[in-house]
Amino acid sequence: MMSKIVSVISGIIFGVGLSVSNMINPEKVLGFLDLFGQWDPSLIFVMLGAIIVSAPVFFLYRNKNKPLFADNFSISTLKSIDKNLIIGSGTFGIGWGMVGFCPGPAISSLALLNTYSVFFVLSMLGGFLLTKLLDKIIIPIQHT
Amino acid sequence: MNIVNFTPQSAFLGGIIIGLAVIIFFIGNGRLAGISGIVSATLVSKLNRTDNFLFIIGLVLGPIFYVFFTKINIPFLITPSLPIIITAGLLVGIGTKIGSGCTSGHGICGISLLSLRSITATIIFMITAIITVKLIG
Repeated sequence: MMSKIVSVISGIIFGVGLSVSNMINPEKVLGFLDLFGQWDPSLIFVMLGAIIVSAPVFFLYRNKNKPLFADNFSISTLKSIDKNLIIGSGTFGIGWGMVGFCPGPAISSLALLNTYSVFFVLSMLGGFLLTKLLDKIIIPIQHT
Repeated sequence: MNIVNFTPQSAFLGGIIIGLAVIIFFIGNGRLAGISGIVSATLVSKLNRTDNFLFIIGLVLGPIFYVFFTKINIPFLITPSLPIIITAGLLVGIGTKIGSGCTSGHGICGISLLSLRSITATIIFMITAIITVKLIG
């Protein structure tokens, strides 16, 4: 029960953070990605704010016995910089740059009842499923 | 390069709030708040499915609570055409799945953990995104 409450509260706070920083707005994110044009550096400050809060906590807690409401901490043990990481991240960046949506803001923006957000999220879900399907046939993905 | 629309205070404050969400999810459930992972796992895995689904519901409730309590309208604009939106959605889904993470998983959680994989991923997706904007913008 407690893990469910933690999940919904974490999601809400995350969504509030995306709203306060306006990262939920693709136009704002495209401003950051327009490095060689009219550049809006705000996204760097969002990342800095989040990292300043989470890095010390990760550092202090990752070697503790266990989280409050789960049996253990689950952190990816992958270390190598492999082909999947490079190709996947490169592909993600192209999609991100086309619209200005990454997964968090896209999901959160469903709250704003914009039809385009719905189409984006459905296509993104399609992308997840397609990859899962291809995973079985050609590309072996290391699941974390 | 011209610097425009720069909002450092609200960006930094929003970032701190996102960081709080990350640490609550980590200390409480022992997991990293990587959104692409949470959403794709909800689709294809039974493990933690309820938790994942509730996190997604929370993500959608966040902006609603924000607007309700602050009475501030959230600026929001999508300009690309529908075919571009659908292509971009597919690329984001496929790319984050193959690359095991997105802006939150690699860019915030992974960098906070000083993961070399995540630092590399973040540099790569930022470069390809900036090039994409340069080419089609």
